[in-house]
Amino acid sequence: MHEVSIMTEALRMAMDAAKSAGSTRVLKLRLRIGSLSGVVPESLQFAFDVVCHGTMAEGASLEIEAVQAACWCETCQAEFDCVDFFNECPRCHNVSGELRRGRELEIADVETS
Amino acid sequence: MCQECGCGNGGGDVKIGAHVHGHEHHHGHEHGHGHHDHGDHGHAHGKQTVSLNRSLMEKNSLLAERNRGFFKAKKLLVLNVVSSPGSGKTTFIRETAARLGANLRVGVIVGDLATDNDAARLRTAGIPVVQITTGTVCHLDADMVSRAAGQLDLDQLDVLVIENVGNLVCPADYDLGEDLRVVLLSVTEGEDKPLKYPPMFHSANVAVITKNDMASAAGFNRELALANLNRVSHHAQIFELSAKTGNGMKAWLDFLVQQRAQV
Repeated sequence: MHEVSIMTEALRMAMDAAKSAGSTRVLKLRLRIGSLSGVVPESLQFAFDVVCHGTMAEGASLEIEAVQAACWCETCQAEFDCVDFFNECPRCHNVSGELRRGRELEIADVETS
Repeated sequence: MCQECGCGNGGGDVKIGAHVHGHEHHHGHEHGHGHHDHGDHGHAHGKQTVSLNRSLMEKNSLLAERNRGFFKAKKLLVLNVVSSPGSGKTTFIRETAARLGANLRVGVIVGDLATDNDAARLRTAGIPVVQITTGTVCHLDADMVSRAAGQLDLDQLDVLVIENVGNLVCPADYDLGEDLRVVLLSVTEGEDKPLKYPPMFHSANVAVITKNDMASAAGFNRELALANLNRVSHHAQIFELSAKTGNGMKAWLDFLVQQRAQV
């Protein structure tokens, strides 16, 4: 997996935001990671510790908000939780491939000082 | 380093073509130091939360869109070919280029962790090719492709094929600016690959079952493989072929000609 590349980018965005805010330290990063993003939260944590070393984010904490994937059912006009990209609606049993959530790889906010 | 595949920090060891770029990564490190002492300055006091709500893939996505616009202006059909290691990407690309012949001129960007063996195989066949060796990085990104494309005479090409690093996980998240993402599944790999690697198979526009001359020797269950592909890659166009024997290649080549005409 490519968690190190992704974490490097998250840290770059966090440090840019901290500098723009006139801060000198990054204290905490909050990421939003979808269950079908292909990224493993444990590996992100591992990568985070590695990439923060020697930067203004050294010692910062990482919070990961897991986003449960959901498909849209056209028949029921409602979402349902899903485990992959193509799932049966638990209400009407029609099949949907219209993923509404679950691919997120986002930085939500950053706490600085 | 990441645990699954040893993927490293983006870009540091990447080498393109015959040149060896020594990309120094200075960013980040100088900052942070030296500023610590100003902690008491009026502008940098107290905790604050800066809301971002931005995609971590944003930088790559922007570069990919820039590539896409550039390639479109050059009237190039661009393919991003992905698969496991050993699915036959290089042979598939070589035969595609050879059979298109003068009809459509093909150039190739090849990504591997190390060696330029794949590029050498294509070069021997007379195909213009640039090798990207990614060092420890398990995927190509839009910036690497942009830099590599600059080493090809794009005005002499109709189709640009990007042979990605053999990996069904990481390349799924990286848009390179391609028109079509083409995923290969060889008959020797097992019919459940699409179920095991759904993000990649789901993201593909085209799925190609390769090495179908070996299907019976491998005990390949075609119906099961197609059912799995249809489940995960339900929007993808599916081709079944053998680049080695040429079986099924015509439909694929006709498709490319038709796609190129739409660029």
